[in-house]
Amino acid sequence: MVTLPPFERFYEHHRDEVFAFLVRRLGRDRAEDAFQETFLRALRAYSSLRHGEHLRAWAFTIAGRIVIDEHRKGRPEGTMPELASEDGRPAFAELEHLADQLPPTERAAVVLRYGYDLDYADIGTALGSNATAARQAASSGIRRLRQKENQ
Amino acid sequence: MTTVSPELDRSFRDAAAREQLLDAAYDLVDTPIGTLLVATTGRGLARISFDPEPDRELELLARTFGVRVLRSAQPIDPARRELDEYFSGRRRAFDLPVDLSLVADFNRLVLRELAQVPYGEVVTYGQLAARADRPRAARAVGTVMNRNPIPIVLPCHRVIGANGKLVGYGGGLPRKEALLRLEGALL
Repeated sequence: MVTLPPFERFYEHHRDEVFAFLVRRLGRDRAEDAFQETFLRALRAYSSLRHGEHLRAWAFTIAGRIVIDEHRKGRPEGTMPELASEDGRPAFAELEHLADQLPPTERAAVVLRYGYDLDYADIGTALGSNATAARQAASSGIRRLRQKENQ
Repeated sequence: MTTVSPELDRSFRDAAAREQLLDAAYDLVDTPIGTLLVATTGRGLARISFDPEPDRELELLARTFGVRVLRSAQPIDPARRELDEYFSGRRRAFDLPVDLSLVADFNRLVLRELAQVPYGEVVTYGQLAARADRPRAARAVGTVMNRNPIPIVLPCHRVIGANGKLVGYGGGLPRKEALLRLEGALL
């Protein structure tokens, strides 16, 4: 099991690739705020990670969620944004085969809950919502995966 | 390759500190006796290291205070300012709060006594032990000085042997000598 490194090391290793991803998805102007928000959210949830595995995927999960929030801001109520899947996909490699076809919130919640063993309060924090919403997203993600399995 | 600009990097590091999300913040501070690594927690100054090896220091800070350790200039600015003033001879006492919450009880007691030793004066290990109500613990006091997490600000350089010899210093004897000379305690 890989020990969780000091946050400084996590940040140094992933800042440039996360920023490049955000620039591709949002353009340079909006990427700067999104970058800061990504790593502040990561910092809020960091102490509760149990180990240092899949940290890159974890960083991209947070960044991907922020991209979705940003797209949503610019759209009329009720319309769904394009999913941040193409660029985000390599980051989810570990659980891709399992969660790849889920809607992004459910995918992130499933990955964080079952991939990283975060509790729902922390997942809520990482996703910018709350524990209840995180639990609902994870359980509907699991339900959807079971349905797919049975098809 | 798209990379994070120094401005954006700085802005994130400032924001992390401002939002009080860090277990410990650190930065490097240049002084006449070398580059120091200075670390603070929410409670105050927690560590000053001579000749820092970044990897080792980061691990130590993470193990001691928590994994949310980040280099950030802003939280270190007050210490940087007071150290600058001290080394230029404009400051004789530090006003920085210190965080000794994770230091063992006996060590903390001795370090609190140490903090009372004035600028430009020296005491012996035995005298400091006596002030901490442990007159026979001169050797233990020596160990506490050796492990002082916040040298310079907690002035272990002002503690010398009963025979007047400088004895030892965590940052090396030349630095102890330089600090005492700066304070006018050595000619």
